[in-house]
Amino acid sequence: MFEILRKKQISPEGFLIRIKAPQVAQTARPGQFLILRVSETGERIPLTIVNWSRSRGYIDIAFQVVGKTTYLLSKLKEGDAIIDLIGPLGNPSKIERYGTVAFLAGGFGAAAVLPIARAMRKKGNRVLTVLGARSKNYLIFEKELKKTSDVLIITTDDGSKGIRGFVKDGLSEILNSEKIDIAYCIGPAVMMKFTSEETRKHSIPTIVSLNPIMVDGTGMCGSCRVEVGGKTYFACVDGPEFDAHLVNWDLLLSRLNYYKDEEKLAYESILKQR
Amino acid sequence: MNQSSSKGRKKFNPRQKDKSISINERISTFKEVPLGFTPEQAILEAERCLQCSRPRCVDGCPVMVPIKDFISLVKEGKFIEASLKIKEKNALPAVCGRVCPQEDQCEKACVLGKVAEPVAIGKLERFVADYEAVQGTKEEIKPPERLPYKVAVIGSGPAGLTCAAELAKSGVEVYIYEALHEPGGVLTYGIPEFRLPKNIVKREIDYIISLGVKILTNQAVGANISLNEIIRNYDAVFIGVGAGLPRMLNIEGENLNGVYTANEYLTRINLMKAYLFPEYDTPIKRGSEIVVIGGGNVALDAARTALRTGAKKVTLAYRRTESEMPARKEEIEHAKEEGIVFEFLVSPIRFIGKNNTLRAVEFQVMELSEPDESGRRKPVPVIGKTKLINADIAITAIGTVANPLITKNFKKLKTNSRGYIEVDDNMMTSLKGVFAGGDIVTGAATVILAMGAGKKAAQSILAYLKNK
Ligand SMILES: Cc1cc2nc3c(=O)[nH]c(=O)nc-3n(C[C@H](O)[C@H](O)[C@H](O)COP(=O)(O)OP(=O)(O)OC[C@H]3O[C@@H](n4cnc5c(N)ncnc54)[C@H](O)[C@@H]3O)c2cc1C
Ligand code: FES
Repeated sequence: MFEILRKKQISPEGFLIRIKAPQVAQTARPGQFLILRVSETGERIPLTIVNWSRSRGYIDIAFQVVGKTTYLLSKLKEGDAIIDLIGPLGNPSKIERYGTVAFLAGGFGAAAVLPIARAMRKKGNRVLTVLGARSKNYLIFEKELKKTSDVLIITTDDGSKGIRGFVKDGLSEILNSEKIDIAYCIGPAVMMKFTSEETRKHSIPTIVSLNPIMVDGTGMCGSCRVEVGGKTYFACVDGPEFDAHLVNWDLLLSRLNYYKDEEKLAYESILKQR
Repeated sequence: MNQSSSKGRKKFNPRQKDKSISINERISTFKEVPLGFTPEQAILEAERCLQCSRPRCVDGCPVMVPIKDFISLVKEGKFIEASLKIKEKNALPAVCGRVCPQEDQCEKACVLGKVAEPVAIGKLERFVADYEAVQGTKEEIKPPERLPYKVAVIGSGPAGLTCAAELAKSGVEVYIYEALHEPGGVLTYGIPEFRLPKNIVKREIDYIISLGVKILTNQAVGANISLNEIIRNYDAVFIGVGAGLPRMLNIEGENLNGVYTANEYLTRINLMKAYLFPEYDTPIKRGSEIVVIGGGNVALDAARTALRTGAKKVTLAYRRTESEMPARKEEIEHAKEEGIVFEFLVSPIRFIGKNNTLRAVEFQVMELSEPDESGRRKPVPVIGKTKLINADIAITAIGTVANPLITKNFKKLKTNSRGYIEVDDNMMTSLKGVFAGGDIVTGAATVILAMGAGKKAAQSILAYLKNK
C-alpha cells in the first residue's frame, strides 16, 4: 500500500499527488514512469514520476482527470492509499551536455518535462522552455519551469496568457534568436506530432516521450507497441523516449483511441454512481 | 475386485469420466469446464490402480508425486490424507491435476495403460486437492527448525513458487519478488479461468504463504530493482522469471488495432478480468470474427477465451495439421466441441486493415513436405496459393521468448544464443549462489517441468548454503 501524503489541485482537472514510496524514490531518474492501480477492480495506468526525494522517501505524480482511473485517483484524500504501484519503469533520459536544450511542453506534458529540464540544467545546458496550454489556468508547473529555464515562453490557445497560439509558435519565437542543439517535445500525441514537424523543418534532433496504452509495463504483453523508423518497439521497455522524426504518429494516435468507447462508458458510469 | 478373468485375459473396469458443464454454459461463461470426480467415482477409479510393486507412473512425474500411495489412500476413502500425501512432494496439486499433460507423463507410464486405459491420475489428484480445500481441514504445519539463511526467489510462477515452498519447508527464510501485482505467473495471467479457476490458484498460493514464504509484488527485477541489489542482500537467489516475451510475426499490419499478442489478450482477460468489464476497469474488444494464429496450449486458450467473449466465429489457424499440434489432447477436444473452426496448413503473411483497424488476415497456403532426416514433415508454401479470412480481431500465439529485463544489464549472468539463462547440473548459473529454472532456462515448457526445476534448484540451494 502506498500512502498519499499530499494532494494539490494544479489545474481545473489536474492534480499533483505526493506518495510515500521510498523504494521508488531511491532509484527514480528523469524520464521514468510508474504504473499504478487504484482499486481491486482497477486497471493499470502509467504516469510520469515528476519529482522525488530519496532522503524523505516520497515521489510526486501529476495527472489530469480524463477517465475512470484518474477520476478515482483524484478522489483519494491525503492519508488514503494506492493499492499497487510499480516503478521506476522505462529508460531514463540521457542527461548530457548538449549545449542548448529546448523543452516543448504541451498541457500535462509539462509534468514529464520538469524533471528532465532540471537535470539538463544541472548538467550545464542552456534550457529554453515553451510551455503551452489551452488557457491560462491550464498551465501547470509554470513557476517550477521558470526557475529551471534560462528562457520560458508561455503559449495559450486562447491568448489568455503569453503568446496566443500553440507550442510550435513559441518554438518559432525562440528560433528567432537561438540555436537549439536538441529538443524534448512532450505532450498529447497530436501536439507532439505537429510540434516535431516544426523541429524537423529546422533539423533539430527531437526526442519525444510516448504514452501508448500499457498493461504490465515490463515488456511482457506488447500492448504498448509503437513503430519508430519502420520497426516495432515496446515503449515500456525500449522507451518511453524515441526519435520524434521517426515515429509513426498516425498508428500511435489510432492505437491510443482503440478503447475510446469503453473508456467513455466506464467514466460515465462512475460519474453517474457518485 | 475390479478385474475378472475371462478366456485367460483380464478385463478391467472402464476408466471413470467426470462430467462437464453444458456446451451452452461453456461458451457463454468462464466457468470451469470439467466438473471433476464425485467421491464415488474417485474410489472406483482408485480401485483400478494395480498398486504395482514397482510403479512406473512415478518415474513419469517430474516432481515424483507418490502416486501409488495417494491412490491407495483414495481407495480407502482417506481423501484428505491422500491430498497431504501429494503435498509432501507437490505444493500445487489442484493446479497440476488440472493442467499437467498427464497423457505424456504419469498416465503414459501407467502399467495398466499397456492393456487398458491408464488410471486417471490427474483427475484423482484434482479430486483430493479440491476435497481437502472444501472440507477446510487445516493441515498442521509444524514450523521447521529455522536455518540461518535468507533466499530471494525472482518470479512467482510454478518454478518460483515450488522453489520457495521447498526452501521454506526446510526452514529457510524466503522472499519472492514478483513483477505483477498478483503472484502465480502463467497460472494467474495466462491459463484461463475455465481451465484453471483463479480461486484455486489463490488457494494454493495461500498454502505456500502459510509455509512462511513472503511474496513481494510490484517488483520487476532489472527494472525497478537491480539483480545486484538482490544478490547483495541474500545468501542465495533463484531466478524463475519464465519466458514471458511474446514472439512477433514481423509481418505487415501487425500493429493494427485489433491485432493482439496472446500475452496481452490473456493478461487483459485473466489477470485484469477484462471479461467482467465494466465491473472491472480494464477493457477488451469483443470481436465478432476472431482469428487465432498458432497451435499450442496458448493458441487454444486464446481461441476458447475469444469464444467466451461472445464472438460469432473463432478460427484457429495453424501452419501444420492437427497431428502436429503441440496442445494437450483434452484441450483440442474441448475446442472442437465448443465450435472453434480449425484451419490447417495456413501461415499468415499480412494483416489487412482500414483506418489502422484490422479487417482480415491473409494467409499463405502450406503443405507438408516429405519427412526430413529427423522424420519431421515441415510445412512449405504452396506457391501462389493464398487465403483470406475476415477478422476484426486476430490473436498471435506463435510462442514466447526470454524476457531480457534481468539479463540485459547483467552481462555476467550467462545466457545462450536465444537469451535463456545457462545453468549447470545443479541449476546454478554462471554467478555463484544464483540459481535458475523453469521456462527462463528451458524455453516455454510445462507447469510441472517448471515445478521440477524449482524443486531441484531448492535442493541445490540447500546444499550450497550448507557448504558455504
Ligand atoms: C496460455 C498458456 C497456457 C498454458 N497451458 C499449460 C498447460 O495446460 N499445462 C502446462 O503444463 N503448461 C502450460 N503452459 C506453460 C506453463 O504455464 C509454463 O511452462 C510455466 O508456467 C512456466 O513456469 P515458470 O515458473 O518458469 O514461469 P512463469 O509461469 O512464466 O512465471 C514467471 C513469473 O515471473 C515474473 N517475472 C518475470 N520477469 C520478472 C522480473 N524481472 N522480476 C520479477 N518477476 C518477474 C512473471 O511476472 C511471472 O509471474 C501454458 C502457458 C501459457 C502461456
Ligand atoms: S505494456 Fe506490456 S509490453 Fe509494454
